[in-house]
Amino acid sequence: MRVKLQCLAHTRSGDKGNTSNIAVFAFEALFFPVLREQLTADRLKAFYNGAITGQVTRYEMTNIDAFNFVCEGALGGGVSRNLGLDNYGKALSAAILGFELDVPDGWGGLLRGPASEKR
Amino acid sequence: MKQNIRIGTGSGWWGDRISPAAELAKYGQLDYLCFETMAEATISAAQVRARRDTNFAGYDTYLEDRLRAVLPACLANGTKIISNQGWINPDAAAAKAIEILRQLGATGVKVAAVNGSLITQQVLGLTDKILENGQSTQTLADTLISAEVYLGAEPIVRALGQGADIVFTGRVADPSLFLAPLMHEFGWDPLDHNRLAQGSAVGHLLECGAQVTGGYFVDPGFKDVERPWDLGFPIAEVNDDGSCVISKLAGTGGCVTLQTVKEQMLYEVHDPAHYLTPDVTVDFTTAKLEMVGPDRVRVSGVSGKPRSPTLKVSMGCQEGFVGEDMFFYAGPGAMRRAKIAKTVLLKRFKIVDLQSDDLRIDFLGLNAIHGLATPADAPEPYEVAVRVAARTRTRMQAEKVGREVDGMAVSGIAHTGKRVPFQDRVREVIGIWSSLVARDAVQATITISES
Repeated sequence: MRVKLQCLAHTRSGDKGNTSNIAVFAFEALFFPVLREQLTADRLKAFYNGAITGQVTRYEMTNIDAFNFVCEGALGGGVSRNLGLDNYGKALSAAILGFELDVPDGWGGLLRGPASEKR
Repeated sequence: MKQNIRIGTGSGWWGDRISPAAELAKYGQLDYLCFETMAEATISAAQVRARRDTNFAGYDTYLEDRLRAVLPACLANGTKIISNQGWINPDAAAAKAIEILRQLGATGVKVAAVNGSLITQQVLGLTDKILENGQSTQTLADTLISAEVYLGAEPIVRALGQGADIVFTGRVADPSLFLAPLMHEFGWDPLDHNRLAQGSAVGHLLECGAQVTGGYFVDPGFKDVERPWDLGFPIAEVNDDGSCVISKLAGTGGCVTLQTVKEQMLYEVHDPAHYLTPDVTVDFTTAKLEMVGPDRVRVSGVSGKPRSPTLKVSMGCQEGFVGEDMFFYAGPGAMRRAKIAKTVLLKRFKIVDLQSDDLRIDFLGLNAIHGLATPADAPEPYEVAVRVAARTRTRMQAEKVGREVDGMAVSGIAHTGKRVPFQDRVREVIGIWSSLVARDAVQATITISES
């Protein structure tokens, strides 16, 4: 079964200079290994399709079932230089919610969100 | 010594709501109420304003509003205030507080001003490389507006030790504002890494206000929050070992859950095992979170490593201007008209010889927020704004953006919607660079006055 990340995890982004950190939090500990395997730093960077110009580093936090993706060159040169409307990139963490992952068919009942949003 | 210290957040940023702070001051049974109102460019923007506007006092423009909202309750309840609203003039912030206190008839209240973070004159002699690009900080000599060191908790601890009831600082690392009262009350050793790390984690969780109580969190169907229009600001009940319970006032909207605490724990964090503050290096990977009641999350186990021998300095520089504006299309064919409008604008910018270092023309409603990360198959919107922004060296070049958007009114495309051009469509860019200074090169000073 192929589902969007939003059914498995919640996310938040924060700014520091020209770097955005996009943190991804598994709703269930059970989801964490799937995220580890399928949501790699390279895949996250590729998903942003050029919007992140620098290196992406993934840090793992097994104590809270989270990954922190530190994305360099994601804020148009930094908050004050950024020509984008979302200078701080606070909406940046929403894009990755559309990333698709393969999960076991039996997980249907564990996935978050309204039924219409599950695929 | 108290068993347990109660700290609340009075503001998580400059523009934050004021009434939740007033409620916390009244009903939170707080020992301390801490205000954080600075962003990376706040100080430099204040310096620019101070040069132009001699009436600008140099402290947070909402200082008086916030103080008047919380002071009566703080005085009645014995709640002390710690605030970085001093911006470029902590002395003037303290003087304003004294004036308000006297108006309220409160005498004998001690107000401290912590100075020493501003090192604009000395910075080029104290620093070597710019962290972001590896070049010498001397390359900033001609454009430098302001340089501020991120001070830690220790000067605030000293001010509290001298009896201060209210403390105003300039640039201080955000978590340090909240760590300082814990160090003061519990008598923590500045080299007790684990306690300082745990206390810094408390500060990190509280520093953005409602971002830990359901703000920047609601997503219907996925993350539902009650009464998101009335979020309570957070309270930390902290023990001597630094462990704490994060909560909020009963009866307020919002929530404190494992999810809200986790999200805030990683907010603006890079390597979670090495979160650098002036006071300690924090390791969040050992943290333990437990739900211990409704809207109550216990945080323990955060560990620490020695602080770095250097302090971070932030340097704001003049880097030219941004011109920006937008106009609108709607109905069938909105996108086709928006696209030809973009073509027209690009041609116009050639004709008027717009000289820009960077130019963006986006379709708000389709790709102006996520830019290149917008999916290729995103559906066409019914309404769209054409949003244009250019970064330029001079104000005159930046003004061309708004002037060419003006031209779209009667010389543009069918069904062009436009705003009345009443607002300033040019802003100055203050670029922020970072470097490191030796810890002992910076001396904080404390001045205490009494109402």
